[in-house]
Amino acid sequence: MGGAILLGALAIWIVGNFLQTPASFASVLMIGITNGAIFGLIALGYTLVYGILELINFAHGDVFMLGGMMAATLALGLFSLVEGTSAYVLYPALLGTLVIAMVFCAALNALIELVAYRRLRGAPRLAPLITAVGVSFILQNVGLIWKGPGYVSLPRLLPQGEVFSAGGVSYTWDKLIVLLVTAPVLVGLILLVQRTRAGKAMRAVAQDPDAARLMGIDVDRTISFTFALAGALAGAAGFLYALYVTTLRFDVGFQQGLLAFTAAVLGGIGNLAGAVLGALIIGLIQAFNEGLGWLSPGSDWTQSIVFSVLILILVLRPEGLLGERTPEGG
Amino acid sequence: MRRVRARAGALRAQALALAGRYGGDRITARWRRLPPRLRGPLLPVLLIALAAGYPLYRNDLFALPVVGSFPLVGTAVAMLIFTMMALGLNVVVGYAGLLDLGYVAFYAMGAYFVGWFASPIFAGHSAHVGSVGVDPRSPGIHVTVWLLLLGAGIATAIVGVIIGLPTLRLRGDYLAIVTLGFGEIMPQVARNGDDFLGTGVNLTNGAQGINPIDSPGFGSWLHDHLGLPEAFSTAVNRVSLFYWTALALLLATVFCTRRLRDSRLGRAWIAIREDETAAAAMGVPLARSKTWSYAVGAFFGGIAGAFYASFKGGTFPEDFFFNISIFILSMVILGGMGNIWGVIAGGLLLSYLDREGLANIGAWVNSTFGSNIDVPKYEFGIFGIILVVVMLFRPQGLIPNRRRKAELEAGVADEPLSGMRSQ
Repeated sequence: MGGAILLGALAIWIVGNFLQTPASFASVLMIGITNGAIFGLIALGYTLVYGILELINFAHGDVFMLGGMMAATLALGLFSLVEGTSAYVLYPALLGTLVIAMVFCAALNALIELVAYRRLRGAPRLAPLITAVGVSFILQNVGLIWKGPGYVSLPRLLPQGEVFSAGGVSYTWDKLIVLLVTAPVLVGLILLVQRTRAGKAMRAVAQDPDAARLMGIDVDRTISFTFALAGALAGAAGFLYALYVTTLRFDVGFQQGLLAFTAAVLGGIGNLAGAVLGALIIGLIQAFNEGLGWLSPGSDWTQSIVFSVLILILVLRPEGLLGERTPEGG
Repeated sequence: MRRVRARAGALRAQALALAGRYGGDRITARWRRLPPRLRGPLLPVLLIALAAGYPLYRNDLFALPVVGSFPLVGTAVAMLIFTMMALGLNVVVGYAGLLDLGYVAFYAMGAYFVGWFASPIFAGHSAHVGSVGVDPRSPGIHVTVWLLLLGAGIATAIVGVIIGLPTLRLRGDYLAIVTLGFGEIMPQVARNGDDFLGTGVNLTNGAQGINPIDSPGFGSWLHDHLGLPEAFSTAVNRVSLFYWTALALLLATVFCTRRLRDSRLGRAWIAIREDETAAAAMGVPLARSKTWSYAVGAFFGGIAGAFYASFKGGTFPEDFFFNISIFILSMVILGGMGNIWGVIAGGLLLSYLDREGLANIGAWVNSTFGSNIDVPKYEFGIFGIILVVVMLFRPQGLIPNRRRKAELEAGVADEPLSGMRSQ
């Protein structure tokens, strides 16, 4: 009931904004989808880890942040890319940056699991959650020491030209590139989880680790693999964030991580498609709130709105949009 | 009766014999000789007396190795207040076993409550109710801080219940996330509240914060007749006055949380912490007990926040970041969840390190090894390491609660994490 009223109000607000300024509505929509794609990569990491360990990996957002820092360092330092570097150099260099950032974050995330979570598998659930918060602080501090307290800014390396434009709305290349990187990663991930042996092992461990062990699955290795996979996704997200948003700071992982986690819960934590759906919704909420003129509180309130949505979702539908009802959430 | 006396006599003889055998251990023997009724409260009374006198003898104390001087009295006020918050959080996390990651919301609520009713922020209105040390013609609402402390506690407890209500159905991680959400919303409201949701209403004065906030005091009548300070703000020993008030508040918190723990409600909390399902089956009212734990925890957080804002003379949004929630949680965990002594130790230690200790240790390291390390820069990394290391190697904390320790070791607090153990 309450949910229906809220949805109705939301629909009126969105339609009202669309009627007021259709052109800016369309461009805000595209920004929202692009942001949502980046959130989706981070949210998948949360959901993968939660699915297998039932652990909220608080440090995940900071792994994403360090991935972004790594990408920035590589792009500026190693490959010394600048605005207007020729495409023959730019794209291979960016690809290299992406791969290294992903490998770096995968290794980092697997290492975190090994050091901070593995010993606590049998412990009460509070224990690994608290070490996760501790690791998050450590990683933020690493970011702070590595890049200082200010923003790291990159030149606009991705091309800003129009892909197409219609009715005064233009779609730019950088947004398309974000989607072009995200889409294959998502498809690859879903194929990996659903079609490969490693994916089957992951699903088995998520369902029942003891039974999985009896079936000959190496549970520790599977969990490490899951963390590495989540880390690789965070690395890709960090790379895209660094190039698309072009500014990042040591605490950006915490902020974006919270939003992405919200997205994962919104879609139904543990559910891969749900994480992507939730991320798109959060991306749209953020873009609508910050970009639309009519009755929107503005960017100062984005986090408050996102968290209000999270709280409402947890109260009204704890299992999330696509999730299954569990004793934990129900 | 006679038997008891005879037994006491025998004990005394034993103690005397001990004292005779270990000539140097006279004090221990004396201690053993004390009747138990005295022995129990003696240590706390001594500690309280030592703490109460601190502002008087602090300047005459010797220098400590490594950290240098003893903490300043102003630092000690902050230490006491943060310890009070840790004790409040201990009710929620330590007793009821509900993970609250947004405790800073209560701290903020208390601080802004006193900001609203004891500062010039609402300059359009003018009301003075027992305020001291303020010009009676000055604009804004000025209510006496004593009343506001209580008011802040109650208002915050109500907010705690409001936050708690939607989370009652949730368990474990979900609960943590909802409280985290509230804890994130609160500083944003504080930061942007000068134009609340774009409506132009000024609730928090935004990034400038609310200041000046009035100080407590006893007014001129009590000053003239009993010699009590008229207003803390104008007193010569302002910081000491705040120190003693903070100590009194902390002691009241210790007393209340101790009594609560042993009450029917407290036993219900501990039952919920140990096994929610079993507790419900035994007739423990889950929703009511949980809501009360939120209310009680919030109450003390609100008072602490209000008092601290009055001490600082202002409240600013950057005081209420997520970090602070974790900082207070670390005190509870480091000290030993559920154990009052442990939480006090953890609170005093961590807040001291935060305010003075780390900087002093850094200065000592730099002067001894000729290095140039900016230690406070690593502060949150160091706290992170403390959290991880304590959880990995001593999950029960420095001074563990015996019962809690058994839970942590046997893992009855919750379903073990999918029952997995590494091979």
